[in-house]
Amino acid sequence: MTFQSLCFYGFSAVTVLAALAVISVRQPVHAALCLVLTFFSAACLWLLADAEFLAIALVLVYVGAVMVLFLFVVMMLDVDIAPLREGTMRLLPVGIAVAVIMLVEIVALAGMRALKIAAGPDPAIAAGGSNVEWIARVLFSEYLLPFEVAALILTVGLIAAIPLTLRKRAGLKTQNPSRQVRVRREDRVRLVKMAAETKGEGSP
Amino acid sequence: MTDLLREFFLAFGDAGLVIWTVLKILAIAVPLIVAVAMFVYWERKVIGWMHVRMGPNQIGPLGLLQAFADVFKLLFKEVVRPTKANKALFYLAPLIALVPSFAAWAVIPFDDGLVLADVNAGLLFLLAMTSMGVYGIIIAGWASNSRYAMLGAMRAAAQTVSYEIAMGFSLVSVLILSGSLNLSAIVAAQSGPYGIAEWFMWPLLPMFVIYFVSGVAETNRAPFDVAEGESEIVAGFHVEYSGSAFAIFFLAEYANMILISFLAPVLFLGGWLSPFPASWGWIGGPSWLWLFVKAFFFAFCYLWFRASFPRYRYDQIMRLGWKVFIPITLFWVMVAGCMKYFGWVTIGA
Repeated sequence: MTFQSLCFYGFSAVTVLAALAVISVRQPVHAALCLVLTFFSAACLWLLADAEFLAIALVLVYVGAVMVLFLFVVMMLDVDIAPLREGTMRLLPVGIAVAVIMLVEIVALAGMRALKIAAGPDPAIAAGGSNVEWIARVLFSEYLLPFEVAALILTVGLIAAIPLTLRKRAGLKTQNPSRQVRVRREDRVRLVKMAAETKGEGSP
Repeated sequence: MTDLLREFFLAFGDAGLVIWTVLKILAIAVPLIVAVAMFVYWERKVIGWMHVRMGPNQIGPLGLLQAFADVFKLLFKEVVRPTKANKALFYLAPLIALVPSFAAWAVIPFDDGLVLADVNAGLLFLLAMTSMGVYGIIIAGWASNSRYAMLGAMRAAAQTVSYEIAMGFSLVSVLILSGSLNLSAIVAAQSGPYGIAEWFMWPLLPMFVIYFVSGVAETNRAPFDVAEGESEIVAGFHVEYSGSAFAIFFLAEYANMILISFLAPVLFLGGWLSPFPASWGWIGGPSWLWLFVKAFFFAFCYLWFRASFPRYRYDQIMRLGWKVFIPITLFWVMVAGCMKYFGWVTIGA
């Protein structure tokens, strides 16, 4: 057994175990962290398959950004775990059904692709360039339209998320930094000139 | 010498390769840890001078051993775990903070060809590693079961995620100009007959400033250190940590600072290239010393900022990140694209 296949089995075992832990641990924060581990070991598997761009993009996007926000939300929610556990058992058949359907779909897709494409040498290495360069070339020439459409949909989603959370509340105190900067002394301080001492009425 | 050692270890096959790699990792990690210790000493000295004090001067000549004395003090202290803290995560958090800050050093080139892992997607790897550092902070904040720690962790997470975007865009403009994600290739793209004028800091000046300021924000250092915020939330995410666990957080933070100080010259200041024309003889030649001099300057800037600027308010930090930096970077990515497309700048020798 080569070092590579040893790594493969190690990473895939971690991936599967972590994925199982996501749905079986009690604490939501632990589950979210296990999901992080799942993503990370999946990225390691891709790295073994020489897909370095995809692997690092997975870590960057999912581990570095998405899961941070997710963990954030899970930590803020003070979840009472007991009722959640009861729901799990009731929904288990549905979950298993969905999982089986997805597995069948993936296997069917992978099987069809495997029939069509003969596994040859890595096209990126054959072309003499790096994996990143290869993906960029294909993405920005052959698949430019789907790429642009995906970007547009993401932008629309981004903008839609902002109005959803942006509510005008009454009595909200806000600051306008440009107005704050423009403040002069005269707006805030008034110097009053007066004599240092006054002749009080009752003073001796 | 190194070639001979390499041949010697590779003669043992796979096991020798592993040993050789571990040796190379140690050759970076051990000087890094010593550099962190000396950086802490230098920080206290510099801030002392800026405050017109002496700084540490009692232990060792000129107080040089102060940092090591502090390390031993921390190592011998008891690690106190708060009751009801999540035990496993509480002890895991410092390690999660430490690992990415050291792993990122694998792709830093110190000289032409002097790099641990010369990966093609080096810049992406760096971005991925620096973005993972926030996990240690979040987990520490949550696992401590303390309000202050939780508040600090929330602030740190929001801040890191926000500034990562601006930082990512400034890196995008670098890779547009250099046409490569490989850090050695990025430095090579900044070489040329005009010397200092070829560096990326000139065409990408706004991005260079934004990169370093975002780097300061991403490492949670002053003036962006609301995650620690002594005056409001005691010490933020590491308030419950003592002894060696605290020391590891400290080590991770300073390793990250030195990392950012190395990356700024590699990406924008021509790495190991000399600022002087090549006709000046040895002083104009490329050398790892130039990289270290430049990195030292940025490391010094960290301390300078800390001594000079008051802490930003939290909403001001978010405003700067989202409303100032991100629009500027979005615009300058377009400008960089035009520079490349219309050939306004020449890349490489």
